[in-house]
Amino acid sequence: MDVISNAIDALVDITPLYMEGFLLTLALLGISGLGAFVLGIIIATMRISPVPALRLCATIYTEILRNIPLLLVLFFCAYVLPILGVNSDFFLLAVLGLTLYTSPFVAEAVRSGFNGVPVGQAEAARSIGMGFTQTVGLIILPQAGRMVVPPLINVFIALTKNTSVAGIFFVNELFKATYAAARDNGDVVVLTLVYAVALYLAITVPLGLIAGAIEKKVMVLR
Amino acid sequence: MSMAVLYDAPGPKTRRNSTIASVISAVAILAGLAWVFFTLAAPRVNANGAEQPGMFDQSRLDILSDPEVWGAFGGGVVDTLRMAGAAAILAIIVGILFSFGRTAASKWIRVPTSILLELFRGMPLLLLILFVFLLFSTGSYWAGVLGLAVYNGAIIGEALRAGIVSLPKGQREGGLSVGLTSLQTRFLIEFPQAFRQMLPIILAQLVVLLKDTSLAYVVGYPELARTIKNLQNFYGSRYLFTLFAVGFVIYLVMNLTLSYIARYAAKRSGPKLGKITPETPKIPGAEGTRAITMPRGGRSYSDTGRAPE
Repeated sequence: MDVISNAIDALVDITPLYMEGFLLTLALLGISGLGAFVLGIIIATMRISPVPALRLCATIYTEILRNIPLLLVLFFCAYVLPILGVNSDFFLLAVLGLTLYTSPFVAEAVRSGFNGVPVGQAEAARSIGMGFTQTVGLIILPQAGRMVVPPLINVFIALTKNTSVAGIFFVNELFKATYAAARDNGDVVVLTLVYAVALYLAITVPLGLIAGAIEKKVMVLR
Repeated sequence: MSMAVLYDAPGPKTRRNSTIASVISAVAILAGLAWVFFTLAAPRVNANGAEQPGMFDQSRLDILSDPEVWGAFGGGVVDTLRMAGAAAILAIIVGILFSFGRTAASKWIRVPTSILLELFRGMPLLLLILFVFLLFSTGSYWAGVLGLAVYNGAIIGEALRAGIVSLPKGQREGGLSVGLTSLQTRFLIEFPQAFRQMLPIILAQLVVLLKDTSLAYVVGYPELARTIKNLQNFYGSRYLFTLFAVGFVIYLVMNLTLSYIARYAAKRSGPKLGKITPETPKIPGAEGTRAITMPRGGRSYSDTGRAPE
């Protein structure tokens, strides 16, 4: 009995810490998710634009960010940017890093949605005399939009997991909280970790279910 | 979808406009890069009024002629590759086990495997590595290897399962009807086809694995990112930018090389050779990682997800 009551005490003790961390994780997810979404759409637009210079630039940007680890991006934001004279809160720096890192993946998801619309759709629209704006606005976008949602949600699931890396760089989000709790509660390490995993799953599992449901709906339509 | 169909063929005026737009954006981009370069190179004055040399100043670059620094970087690369190699082999083994568990005939194996898989895919890898490190006291190397193996194994397992499920039913029936046991059919008939079909996704996942070795930073494993930090602590923050730039280039070269090899291998022995199924199956939940995983240009939605219409 003693063991159990000890464990419950420990869990109650760390709950405020975890909740603070959880909220910060959600904030990181929300803000950098939004930022990455906007930036990703800009990158995707650049990649399909008729201007070669913009295409090349977007491609290089995507290549670089997809081939270095997130840890290095955040390392840059947390340690190198301050040296270069950017004085900012670590939270904002982490948001910046996560936004930059996630944006190419958003761009790829958006682009793949466009690619998923069969060429025949555009050809049909063109052949009945629709212009560029009409073809894109009335035919392609409505179909691509639907198809983009599931992969986009999966990018956000990955982002949720990636926010944990910000914990290494002085942001008190859920992973940092777990680290501290595990250090201070040596006897109930398992519980502290399982507690944290449950909180992460509380974000990722519902997102995954939503993605699955939407995917099913889209499949019926096709 | 080729975008060409969206426009009319450009006339002389459009072509000229396009050239002008191209030149203007090129100039703007180059100006931006030049600005970044000169900002980095310019000496800066810090809060105490002391002047510090620019980022490309000799006093910041002189460690590059120090062989010990390069030795440390070499050690970091070797340690990173050592971890990635071991983790890759284990991840494929774990993936195979997961895929068999997920397609097992018995509900008692299938359901627990699914739950376990969801668990591993839904939690951050960083937490998983910490979990292994604290619970099993494995030391930092094995904590990283096991964490990476289980996490990526779950993703590879799901890919393999999708490959097995997508095979035509006749393959299994054919195997059973010539007298192979259920297990033999799985090993000799279904699995090789699924593996070949999913090879591009598996290889791409291994590129992700190489990137993710950097997360072993958190348990103090001396991989490349940790090496940068250690060198900074040793030589002083003055060199941080230089050290970071070197590490950045090393990571980029390593990952781009591996991506290239993966793409080449995928082209050589990808779905084309093993193609029996009408279309490459979709893996639920894998798109998020696939965007991450697919080596660039890889396969877009149109050639993974949907049959051409």
